[in-house]
Amino acid sequence: MRTRAVAALAVIVGALAMTLFASTSASAATTDSGVSVSGIIKNTDDKPVQGVTIKVTGKDFTGSTKTDATGKWLVKLPAGGQFQVVLDEGTLPPGVQVSNGTTRTVNVFLGDNPVVFSTATGTAVTQSRASQILQLTIDGLLLGLVIALAAVGLSLIYGTTGLTNFSHGELVTLGALVALWLNNGRGWNFVLAVAGSIIICGALGGVQDRVLWRPLRKRGTGLVAMLVISIGLGIFLRYLFLFIVGGNTQTYASYAGQAGITIGSVSITPKALIGTSVAIVLLFATAYWLLRTKLGKASRAVSDNPALASASGIDVERVINVVWILGAALAAFGGVLYSMSVGVNWEEGNAILLLIFAAVTLGGLGTAFGALVGSIVVGLAINLSTLFIPTELKGVGVLAIMILVLLVRPQGLLGRRERVG
Amino acid sequence: MDWGGVFSQAVTQGIGVQAVIFALAAIGLNVHFGYTGLLNFGQAGFLAVAAYALAVGVTYFGFSFWVSILLGLAGAVLLALLLGIPTLRLRADYLAIVTIAAAEIIRLVLRSVYFKKYFGGSDGLSDFSDTFYSVNPFKNALKWGPFNFSAGDLWVVTIGWALVAFSCLIVWLAMRSPWGRVIKGIREDEDAVRALGKNVVSYKMQSLILGGVLGCLGGFILALANQSVQPDKYATDLTFFAYAVLILGGAARVFGPVLGSVIFWFVLVFINRGLEESIRTGSITFLRAEQAGQVGYLVLGMSLMLLMIFRPQGLIGDRKEIALDAR
Repeated sequence: MRTRAVAALAVIVGALAMTLFASTSASAATTDSGVSVSGIIKNTDDKPVQGVTIKVTGKDFTGSTKTDATGKWLVKLPAGGQFQVVLDEGTLPPGVQVSNGTTRTVNVFLGDNPVVFSTATGTAVTQSRASQILQLTIDGLLLGLVIALAAVGLSLIYGTTGLTNFSHGELVTLGALVALWLNNGRGWNFVLAVAGSIIICGALGGVQDRVLWRPLRKRGTGLVAMLVISIGLGIFLRYLFLFIVGGNTQTYASYAGQAGITIGSVSITPKALIGTSVAIVLLFATAYWLLRTKLGKASRAVSDNPALASASGIDVERVINVVWILGAALAAFGGVLYSMSVGVNWEEGNAILLLIFAAVTLGGLGTAFGALVGSIVVGLAINLSTLFIPTELKGVGVLAIMILVLLVRPQGLLGRRERVG
Repeated sequence: MDWGGVFSQAVTQGIGVQAVIFALAAIGLNVHFGYTGLLNFGQAGFLAVAAYALAVGVTYFGFSFWVSILLGLAGAVLLALLLGIPTLRLRADYLAIVTIAAAEIIRLVLRSVYFKKYFGGSDGLSDFSDTFYSVNPFKNALKWGPFNFSAGDLWVVTIGWALVAFSCLIVWLAMRSPWGRVIKGIREDEDAVRALGKNVVSYKMQSLILGGVLGCLGGFILALANQSVQPDKYATDLTFFAYAVLILGGAARVFGPVLGSVIFWFVLVFINRGLEESIRTGSITFLRAEQAGQVGYLVLGMSLMLLMIFRPQGLIGDRKEIALDAR
């Protein structure tokens, strides 16, 4: 049974590798001889903005330029490395703002590297309501998938062991960091780096269960004690990451500032499109594993009733270990997918931990499919809520929804009704 | 190496402002977690509500200092009601998730640009503590042995320890009363208490209010000691530090949180300052200066884990009295 699980993982990773390889060869064609960063600044009406100052600083290098009549800017660099690209907000025409931050840290190695600054108007929303809703829906689904990848694992672990794992966010961060180390540090191809990260993190998840949680279960540590232990572990790991990698947000060397492809009125980057497809495949594979394979069925049996499952010949500890490996591997890919859009950061997993919990709680603690539904709901809600409330408060809206749902349906959307409290 | 200076700072913080704030926060948590078995992970929210009610009351509404203090206490009661109504009927882990989320909601609202007019955004508010310092009887700084307090700090610390003593007295009286026995009964076996005809949810709510109000006193002290409030001072980390303090000292003991807070802050400040000093003088070269502060969090995480695994009753607690299992 163990070989079968490994084989399944290998198939998944293989599929992932193939889909992403296809895109590597396509984007390699744009390689230039000199190293540079460039971009186009346009306002929300898609008209170029002229005369915006862009400053680029790096080790032993400072350069600046202004956008030309077509809104384009380009700064040639002496060599690859890490650079900071800053847009001088004071040079923007009145009423135009940068909506995604005026500072970018980019790692460049070869060729021209696009840096995307999106603009927004300070007063009126120029995008039509319909296309705005469509774009937010797509962004919401993307975020929902990231949350789902982490939430399914969290939910499976909760279901089989009863542990409310507050250090699950660190599994997400670890996935992103290992992929960063393999891609930028060791120069691996991005697809291999992601595959490597999934395998390493899955293995580490299994090790974490063996070394920490299994001994605790054996000595009968209570669930509240384990919850507090997971908080301690989370803090420890988070600051260990900070200690090792530092506080900067870094980006993967490959596909750093990919331009979006526009379909109708919405835009999505190719990397996000491919990452999303892989995420959907992985989630379907997990669903198949849960519903159709012997081990998956066993894990659901353990969730239902560990004692009964054990009595009917299921090796409960082994099922739990496999669930940990699966949960950690899924969370690792979630971390990579999330980092492709927001960058790699020592506390990125912790930043979305509450959203993951909101998703799991909404769906019903311990139900894998509930977690999936809850994640999509949370992802959509957090983005679509910006239509009505300020963007900075979008997290508040989702957490408030979670609390309200608990009021009327404590067992969550797909949870089983049971007497609680 | 100036080990005397490091020791002096550690002693000063170990009985100083930090220890007072976290002793108060942990005394509140002790009522929740230690005596009632409620997993409140939103204690930072109670401190934030009290501190901001004080600041907003004085700066925005122009209330007097004492009216604003009352406003803060009322705010803590209100927050307890808001948190308790949806969660007290649910399992322990639901309460943990909801309270942590509620504290985060409060922090996000406080730091938002949208409400900057009232709460001052991420910079927070200041200029509300004049009344408090104007009645300061201490005119000179205290420099005696390792103890080193400014006149202002001395006043804050004196009031702070008076509040700690008062809170301990309240907890001691409450827990030896019939009410306290019901509360401890709920921790041990909720169903049994319900079978005796007690309204368990109502008792839990009263416990949540009492612990919240005691904890929020720490929020006042934090605001007054800094003479300002900033939203990010009331992040979830504050709650985790309070838990570490409570578990170290011993939950379900009146003096557990106080002992825990003094020892925890002495050790943490000693390690942090010692490392900073060693890095500065070049005795430690494998660490960068900013990494010294991160070591404190590594210690926090490790101590939470190790205490909960090997000694959940802390220094003076009784293992049988700690609510370690979810119901």
